[in-house]
Amino acid sequence: MKIDRVLIALAGQPNCGKSTVFNALTGASQHVANYPGVTVDKMSGVFKHDGAAYEVVDLPGTYSLTSTSPEERVTRDFILHEGPSVVVNVMDASNLKRSLYLTFQLAEMETPLVLDLNMMDVAEHRDITIDAKQLSRRLGVPVVPTVIKSGKGKKDLVKAIAAIAGMPRPVRAAHIDYGEMELVFREIEARLASAPALCATYPARWLAVKLMEGDAGVEEMISRRHPNAEDMLAFVSSERELFEVRYEITPEMHIAQRRYRAADDVVRFCVRTKEDRDVPLTDKVDRFVCHRFLGPAILVGVIWLLYYLSIVQGYNLTKVTWPLLAKLRSLTEAVTPAPGFIDIPLTRSLALWFVDSINALLNYIPIFFILFGLIAVLEDSGYMPRMAFIMDRLFSRFGLHGQSTLPMVLGGIYVGGCAVPGVMSCKGIPDERSRLATILIIPLLNCLAKVPLYVLLINIYFAQHKGLAMFFISTVSLLLVLPVAKILTMTVLRNKETAPFVMEMPPYHLPTLRGVLGRAVERVWLFIKKITTIVAAVAVIIFVLLQFPGLGQEREAFYRSQKAKAVAAFFEDIQGTSYAGRITEEDIMPLIFFLDDIRNAKDSTKDDGALAALNARFEEQKALYFSIAQPGDDRSAKKVSGAFRKLVKERKRLLREMRGERIDNSFLGRIGKGLEPFTEWAGFNWRVNVALLSAFAAKESSVATLGALYDQEEEGDTLETRMAAGETDFTPLHALALMLFMVLYPPCLATTMAVKLQSGSVKWMIFSMVYPMVLGLLVAVSVFSGGRALGLTGLQAMFGFYGLALLMTVGIGLMNDKTTVQ
Amino acid sequence: MTLDQLKPGSECLIRHLSARDKLGQRLLDMGVYPGLRLKVIRNAPLKDPMEVELDGYFVSLRHSEARHIEVDVS
Repeated sequence: MKIDRVLIALAGQPNCGKSTVFNALTGASQHVANYPGVTVDKMSGVFKHDGAAYEVVDLPGTYSLTSTSPEERVTRDFILHEGPSVVVNVMDASNLKRSLYLTFQLAEMETPLVLDLNMMDVAEHRDITIDAKQLSRRLGVPVVPTVIKSGKGKKDLVKAIAAIAGMPRPVRAAHIDYGEMELVFREIEARLASAPALCATYPARWLAVKLMEGDAGVEEMISRRHPNAEDMLAFVSSERELFEVRYEITPEMHIAQRRYRAADDVVRFCVRTKEDRDVPLTDKVDRFVCHRFLGPAILVGVIWLLYYLSIVQGYNLTKVTWPLLAKLRSLTEAVTPAPGFIDIPLTRSLALWFVDSINALLNYIPIFFILFGLIAVLEDSGYMPRMAFIMDRLFSRFGLHGQSTLPMVLGGIYVGGCAVPGVMSCKGIPDERSRLATILIIPLLNCLAKVPLYVLLINIYFAQHKGLAMFFISTVSLLLVLPVAKILTMTVLRNKETAPFVMEMPPYHLPTLRGVLGRAVERVWLFIKKITTIVAAVAVIIFVLLQFPGLGQEREAFYRSQKAKAVAAFFEDIQGTSYAGRITEEDIMPLIFFLDDIRNAKDSTKDDGALAALNARFEEQKALYFSIAQPGDDRSAKKVSGAFRKLVKERKRLLREMRGERIDNSFLGRIGKGLEPFTEWAGFNWRVNVALLSAFAAKESSVATLGALYDQEEEGDTLETRMAAGETDFTPLHALALMLFMVLYPPCLATTMAVKLQSGSVKWMIFSMVYPMVLGLLVAVSVFSGGRALGLTGLQAMFGFYGLALLMTVGIGLMNDKTTVQ
Repeated sequence: MTLDQLKPGSECLIRHLSARDKLGQRLLDMGVYPGLRLKVIRNAPLKDPMEVELDGYFVSLRHSEARHIEVDVS
């Protein structure tokens, strides 16, 4: 049974403690969604009072209600179209005047209001005394003073909400007097009367004010819904011009000024402030945090700490959580059909591939949890705007924004970030052009998963200059990213909306544990839900591309004969031992599993006592197998044991060869070969192509696939040795081109999903995949072919490329930046 | 004189906003309007943006934006 819920909306300016109010009201019953068409989160939750259920929607924090930003449009549309029974206007009591600016606009929308005068403690601390009763009387709406952070006033607030929601015709807040403009309003309202449908949805006075403000959203709506729109708009436009000529002030400025004056009046009546107040603590802190030299130093320290705690310590934490994921894998091994000597059931390999792909991502959860928690600390404390303040000058030269700092840090400004949280944290950038530019360049930074390939290649081909090569690859991405950002903003993003930088520097706050943990959990959960499902789906696709069409019948027969040969050799070897006849072909697979079990059990046992018990247990289980596993001094058993190990090794070799051949023959392998004529200009052969193609699901796969492609002759050889042996004509120049391609490699699946989420469009998602590919190939081809034509060594080409990138970055940075504000 | 020319520590009275559209509206919404007093607090480490105090709170803006705010120095 669905109960009718009373709809409540929370509105307020940024940094007024609105989300704390939301959390206090709704507790754990929260739900995140998206407003249609925009990338603004819609938070809603439920609470009960006196047997009635209330649904609370947390509207985005906005200073005003014009239609210049998606947040403001969303807030406005929600109030006008959803018709909430009560709008709770959360206000910063220590900043009443500016808060009232929004309150007046809410009042103009003639929605039932309750004012929550929040952060009374901060106001008190600053010796600001507010007469709430007087305030309520002047504004004509209930006012509830609260310190929601510590729960003070929550009951009163709920009571006030319930009281207003229960009123058949709630009182309306007092309107403010716009002086000279009132006559014009009356005229506009009269003309609006010819569109009764419009006036039924929207208050006529509000429409009039908005039209005189020159609000594009309302103008657009009039032209859609007013029967005589052209005349109406022409009239407004001429009135606006007339007003400006007559009073020498733009109508919108006049309106804002009147609102602030009205707010001033209210403040004068209801607020007492101590005159000579001290320098606020926040300003004292900012003397250090925004200091010319200390500021950047502190910023670097904060970034370092962020890396250290999340990447380094989080990575240590994954060592604790990995066994859990490993258990998931062994559980999958246990429930899927057992493997044969050379026939691995498809369900088994698919299930394992699937679990491995998911595990690769789930393994990051501890890192993400710490990272998201720390981001919440940065957000709640108020340090983020300072970060933007310090970095804006640098980034704005490349078409980015001060607020691109955190996303870029997360994406991996040095080595070891992750593009997913990086892209997700772009949400806060108000300027659409900079936001898109930031979203598009983050995948080019060095995420953690690109590192294994770098390490592999550097160890083989730049072994003499490891440190130098690592420094090159770690920093070159930033030198590529900045010019790319500039180029994007000058080309494809040229016509995107920009927004003024103007930003509040809010007072510092001590973050609460609850707020931080809550946000970290919520974001991790979102990550798991949204990302893993897609990754799982694509993992299956890649699996199919790598497995099919599979080996032909002829090759299958060949491998079966190889198997028969190996088995026959084993039985020949054990001829004449006491085991001959006691071991049959039926015993081979169980014996292999038995040996595996013993080895696995031993890996997790340390002390001698437990080991003895373990041995006793296995011996009891199957004495015959145990005697082969641990032959002791028995000559016969030793011989059998040796022969059997040879057989096991032979089996592994066959399996690996089959896997290699299957990939070789697979759809992905064919694509890799088909691309070879093109990619060889960049120095990539088909194996590298396959590795790169498989890396699309997750970048770690590149190294894993190479591992499968380079046959392992001797047990225990590292991939480095195998690759060096397998690619005899590979030079450091090849490796350099490959590494640079990896830097510019298209985002992994999880990131593309994040890009779609944050850019709100499939078009940008596709673009984010295509342009790095083109750019990457271009760079790889010019480095490889160019380097070869010039006869450069890998190291020389590396220096040359770095110099060029540096020159380009500095050059673009010094370019005369045209102001794009207006 | 325009706001971007002021040094940290100086106080002024806003005379006029020459910005329109988005920047103008944004400034108004952030509480920057003619007739208000404000104080320049500091410049960012790379000189831009700048931070000002008005009515007891702090706002940062780029110099290119401050150029649209005409002020009288007091």
